[in-house]
Amino acid sequence: MSGSARTDRLWRWLTLAPALAVLILLTLVPIAELVAMSVHEIVWRSGESQWRFIGLANYVALAGDQLFGAAIVNTTLFAAIGVSVQMVLGFFLAVFTSRAARGQIIYRTVFLLPILMPGIVIGAIWKLMYNVDFGIINQVSGLVGIPPRDWLGEQSLALASVIAVNIWHWTPFCFLLLLAGLESLPQEAYEAARVDGASPWQELIYVTLPMMLPTIVVTLVFRLIVAFKVFDEVYLLTGGGPGTATEVISFSIYRRFFTEDRAGYGSALAIVTLFAMALAIVLAVTALQRRRVTA
Amino acid sequence: MIAGASTAQDRLRRLTMHAALVTAAALVVVPFLWIAMAAFKTQISLMMGELAFRPTLANFEEVLFSKTSDYAANYLNSVLIASVSTLAVLAIATLAAYSLGRMRWPRWTVHLILLWAVVFHMLPPITLVGAWFTMLRMVGLDSSYTGLILAHVTLNLPIAMWMMTVYIRDIPIELEEAARIDGATTPTVLWNVIVPLARPGLAATAILVFIFSWNEFAVSLNLSAKRTATVPVAVASFAQEYVIKHTAMAAAAVLSLIPALILLVVGQRHIVKGLTSGAVK
Repeated sequence: MSGSARTDRLWRWLTLAPALAVLILLTLVPIAELVAMSVHEIVWRSGESQWRFIGLANYVALAGDQLFGAAIVNTTLFAAIGVSVQMVLGFFLAVFTSRAARGQIIYRTVFLLPILMPGIVIGAIWKLMYNVDFGIINQVSGLVGIPPRDWLGEQSLALASVIAVNIWHWTPFCFLLLLAGLESLPQEAYEAARVDGASPWQELIYVTLPMMLPTIVVTLVFRLIVAFKVFDEVYLLTGGGPGTATEVISFSIYRRFFTEDRAGYGSALAIVTLFAMALAIVLAVTALQRRRVTA
Repeated sequence: MIAGASTAQDRLRRLTMHAALVTAAALVVVPFLWIAMAAFKTQISLMMGELAFRPTLANFEEVLFSKTSDYAANYLNSVLIASVSTLAVLAIATLAAYSLGRMRWPRWTVHLILLWAVVFHMLPPITLVGAWFTMLRMVGLDSSYTGLILAHVTLNLPIAMWMMTVYIRDIPIELEEAARIDGATTPTVLWNVIVPLARPGLAATAILVFIFSWNEFAVSLNLSAKRTATVPVAVASFAQEYVIKHTAMAAAAVLSLIPALILLVVGQRHIVKGLTSGAVK
């Protein structure tokens, strides 16, 4: 008996060990490494890195970094506007699809397409479509009398153009999660509403919306957090420009660390971002769990 | 009279709904059609914005076979990195999910590991790339396949652990207990009971992890070299050449979509289930 208990304990460790190894060596150790780098000035000389301890100087410099400041503002705008539109569009598309008698499978398949495509390829596609000279956007807007614009090159348009691509890319994801939520709702509530003579609008507002609230909140929070990751599309579409019009957080970190070779300062940016995001995620997850427990 | 009015109203409403859905579907599909058309055009035909044009395979030939293009090699790199990292993620995640779900770990251990998995999954990968780059360089694995595979395993393990935990939780414990009474050891239970029963979950996880790895850009960009560059890195470099070859870039983009399209056709059901279970539960 004690022998089998011992082999049980052995297997318990053996089965978890590979995952623990990955999580410790490749997520926790790198974060410690980032912390260490962030208090140094790191210079590359002939393939060797030279570290000089400078304390919290990188973090102090960070407060006055206008590029990073612009990135925080832009990323917040990007996430707030983009995700709001995605949620509203996704919700209505999901409601329509769930009520459609025919074509459900087709809509579902079509709306899956953007989710599965590489972000960088979506950037490439839209970069061609936004092209000033031959892009389809200017061709179509020309048909309705709007003069051609440089959608990605104009200061006032660039961020909106990038947000539009993000809406195209991720509305289907909101659609998919909300549709799954709609399909799991109990049908009795609808039957009761119909017996009471509720109109489809009343049904939507008084039956669907309240019952869907948990799914809506989860989808919204999830999308908001993930929107802060944005990198691929911006990298290809605008590279953060013109000026700082589309500079986003991930891009600033990349720029400081890799393009400008400031590993120490880049690490400080990464650490600040990492801890702010981790805190937001933990708060969101625990709040959602508490909701679910009380609900 | 009332019934007649309400059916007319019904019909109008149904028409509006369908119109909205068809418009949305068209908006999703048009960019793909447009890029596919661009891939079969000559540069001049694209510039002229021609709708009727004589399709040419020249762009695909240039991208795949010309001496100045590494795209075929990039493609093989992506196949290698996505396949190996997916297999590794599946193995590690299944073992971990079984361990966490069935091996009587203290609750706080399970919660802590799964919570960290969620947090890590949502963090911007770019924050860790600098550290990975420095660490891989220290052990001489920078710009190697091994380094890229390790990074992709790390990025996708958390979501895979979550998905597999959900699927394994749904397997009735009685089946496992029956096997134990018959004298089955842990490896036998895993291989003969858990793996066969978790097959739909494994399929969903495998498809999603493969696609995520195939699509991953930010990490591959910084951890790969010319020799090990993946498809997204190659597509990006097409767009950044001094003179952009728009049609060749379109051809490269079209080719890069093939694996996801195949998986979409083969495993649509699995993908939907995976995406919704991974995020909602």
